[in-house]
Amino acid sequence: MSATAEANRRLAAEFGLNPEEFSRALAILGHSPTLTEIGIFGAMWSEHCSYKSSRVWLRELPTAAPWVIQGPGENAGVVAIGEGLAAVFKMESHNHPSFIEPYQGAATGVGGILRDVFTMGARPIANLNALRFGDPGEPDTRRIVDGVVRGIGGYGNCVGVPTVGGEINFHAAYNGNPLVNAMTVGIARADRIFRSAAAGVGNPVVYVGAKTGRDGIQGATMASAAFGADAAEKRPTVQVGDPFTEKLLIEACLALMETDAIVAIQDMGAAGLTSSAVEMAGKGGLGIALDLDLVPVRETGMSAYEIMLSESQERMLMVLRPGQEEAARAIFGKWELDVAVIGRLNESGRIVVHHQGRVEAEIPLGPLGKEAPLYRRPAAVPPKPPPLDPTTIADPLGLAPALLRLIGCPDLCSRAWAWDQYDATVGGQTVQRPGTADAAVVRVEGRALGLALTTDCTPRYCAADAEVGGAQAVAEAWRNLTAVGARPLALTDNLNFGSPENPAVMGQFAAAVRGMATACRALDFPVVSGNVSLYNETKGAPILPTPVIGGLGVLDDAAAAVGIALSPGLDVVLIGRTLGWLGQSLWLREIAGREAGAPPPVDLAAERRNGDFVRGRIAGGHVRACHDVSDGGLLIAIAEMALAGSAGARLAPPTAGIPPHAFWFGEDQARYVLGVADAAGILAAAEAEGVPAVRLGTAGGGDLTLPGGIAISLGALSEAHEHFFPAWLD
Amino acid sequence: MRAGITVFPGINRERDMAIALERVAGAPPRMLWHRETDLSGLDLIVIPGGFSFGDYLRAGAMAAHSPIMGAIRAHAERGGYVLGACNGFQILTEAGLLPGALLRNASLRFLAMDCHLRVERADTAFTGHYQRGAVFRAPLAHGEGNYFADDATLDRLEGEGLVAFRYATADGRIAPEANRNGSARAIAGIFSPNLRVLGLMPHAEDLVDPVVGGTDGLPLFQGLAAALAA
Repeated sequence: MSATAEANRRLAAEFGLNPEEFSRALAILGHSPTLTEIGIFGAMWSEHCSYKSSRVWLRELPTAAPWVIQGPGENAGVVAIGEGLAAVFKMESHNHPSFIEPYQGAATGVGGILRDVFTMGARPIANLNALRFGDPGEPDTRRIVDGVVRGIGGYGNCVGVPTVGGEINFHAAYNGNPLVNAMTVGIARADRIFRSAAAGVGNPVVYVGAKTGRDGIQGATMASAAFGADAAEKRPTVQVGDPFTEKLLIEACLALMETDAIVAIQDMGAAGLTSSAVEMAGKGGLGIALDLDLVPVRETGMSAYEIMLSESQERMLMVLRPGQEEAARAIFGKWELDVAVIGRLNESGRIVVHHQGRVEAEIPLGPLGKEAPLYRRPAAVPPKPPPLDPTTIADPLGLAPALLRLIGCPDLCSRAWAWDQYDATVGGQTVQRPGTADAAVVRVEGRALGLALTTDCTPRYCAADAEVGGAQAVAEAWRNLTAVGARPLALTDNLNFGSPENPAVMGQFAAAVRGMATACRALDFPVVSGNVSLYNETKGAPILPTPVIGGLGVLDDAAAAVGIALSPGLDVVLIGRTLGWLGQSLWLREIAGREAGAPPPVDLAAERRNGDFVRGRIAGGHVRACHDVSDGGLLIAIAEMALAGSAGARLAPPTAGIPPHAFWFGEDQARYVLGVADAAGILAAAEAEGVPAVRLGTAGGGDLTLPGGIAISLGALSEAHEHFFPAWLD
Repeated sequence: MRAGITVFPGINRERDMAIALERVAGAPPRMLWHRETDLSGLDLIVIPGGFSFGDYLRAGAMAAHSPIMGAIRAHAERGGYVLGACNGFQILTEAGLLPGALLRNASLRFLAMDCHLRVERADTAFTGHYQRGAVFRAPLAHGEGNYFADDATLDRLEGEGLVAFRYATADGRIAPEANRNGSARAIAGIFSPNLRVLGLMPHAEDLVDPVVGGTDGLPLFQGLAAALAA
């Protein structure tokens, strides 16, 4: 290798490009590159911005339905929810920054996803977050959990968007690589959706929001590589959030959107001004000229490279109609935010960047966007573990001790410690708060209409069988929406995996997407937005495959939403078939000490039939409480309902020859526990529709009582349930 | 009742407050940008919750110097009614319209949960629709709600009957576990000497609708509407 070639290789690697990509970039440029040009290629061709390893697989996902207004490819997905309104929503990861600097990493994750939603003209009405952390026994996990939760609260509470739901899991596979997936949901008029494709040669390109500094430079490139031992040295690549400025930006953007001034708008997220300018002009089939001397900066002496690659937060790029600059200045001035015309659209098909009298970059837009590298990487079919026979797995502990241990384990214990740091009520529309129902329910201000929201994934299922796990994540989200009585409409996904250059990981990815696609089709539950986060590995060990689903459903009347709380006198009825599936169950892991077997199969026809039945019963006013059966199985579901309602239950179901521990803790899918006043009516209706249903017992008293005289007091349950987080983190 | 809601940059519960006020008054309140100074025609000024100016420097410190605060001070001096909730309470103490200060919560964490408030006197425009000693539920959501004043001030507030609400258990007991932010003498809200300025930390405005958690906070607004009906 010549000295020049070696220098080029090193330079390319520094910007996250492989030698082939670097050669291609040089050929496209046709001249010796500037630092800014290499930086732009490195960012736009990063995994984070280009989806170069995932795009070929993502095409399998169904994205259309009559109610879908905007599918994947914009800042967020949009679905019609009735009454001329639309829900705008998306989920996005901020995994790598949240390991390096948990507070700011999580905070700016929330800020970024909020911008993706209000960019489209929607007022954000709810935030959710799906979090995965390493082994609680690792000292560093505590730092990360505490920082991430503070960061989510610090940002969301200040901008005044209620944080209404989410999930937290722990597993050693997330040591050194936590997952922070943030979801925002907003409401817009269905006929007032703003998009990012630029239009109108000569139109001004306008920068609004916070000033540009030297923070987060090359963040997208950092997020597209695995961590080695030097992770802490990457702190300067993490952005710093200012939720106050974001709040002003929300109000100013929504005010300007009331006028006709805006042609196109996009937030400056990953790769900052580079990606917003390139994508807006590229999607519009135009060219763009930027003058960086006009960009508001908060530091002196910033180079073109730094201005183009900065990931300073709370900034937006807009294309305005001619002559509307003053309208924008008046509104943004009121909110004391910067407005600057920093460029114009042209017909060149190129991005040209001027700075201090020099052309710092001139690149055709096609190769940076639509024609960016695309890889079909080798994908090995992951081996599937055989199913476990529940009758061969002895119960080492007994039902009552197992229940107490499970309900207190890190994956099942109360999350109140985290929720109590998130403002869930701001806005005055939160009908179901965290922990009260299977999905959060937020009413649309001034209407009866409500949205049901959930995030779901069971990574241990995905690790054992990614295809089943992908389908299960979709089915569980659909089930959680159904369990509050909502009509599931669509989902956003956040696909967190290890390195795509590892064929086993790529195989997991492909299988998970296939499973998701199958479930989405069977449940009429399309994907309208999403995010892929790869290279989630530290020191060569990948995370569990974690395709998180953010589900959205609608309730015509939010007041009809059902929670999980049991109340005395209700009959407890189980919908769905129980086989006693212990493979990959939490009981198996926490009580038998094994992570083994195949995950529970997902029968999508049964999911659909049972779910449609439950939703119909809720709509008919026959259901007082409803909870899906998921992690921990049937007895955990009932215990959670009992704790939520401070009502015990006497349970004496037929167990059909299934060993008791498998009956109570097996994780068979497509099941719901209902609290109803009229069990006979529900059972008759279920039989008529061919839905398996069985009466388990009656709610009341201060104990959960099982056959054989086993009784667990609510006091003991509650103590076990509430102990872990405060004891660990306060 | 002719009410106005002040909007500082960073305020975020102005809509919640507007919904609560409209529910009892039948008409939407006037929204007042912080640069406005003309409050004529208004008998109640509400400073809602949020993070005015990002709570940078100190919660409420910068808002206390906004142009509208001079007009609010004059309004209070004329005997006008003022309600400050959460950040509004912090702003009122920073502006000197109420004594004391709101320090960081004793746990040093942001707290967001329901609390119970005990009504310490019912013969005011704000509390007329509660019974004295009644307990009602309200969400709290703050990082700096830990009420502090020197002992002499606390003694004076208690002696003059200016404590409006205290954090209590659901059955009305004053207990450390009910006083999550660590406030002095469990104080959640205080009146001005003429009983026409009220500052409180929790959000009664977020509990005015049976669909959204209940109506425990509604009597506060109904009481105001009745008292200011003239």
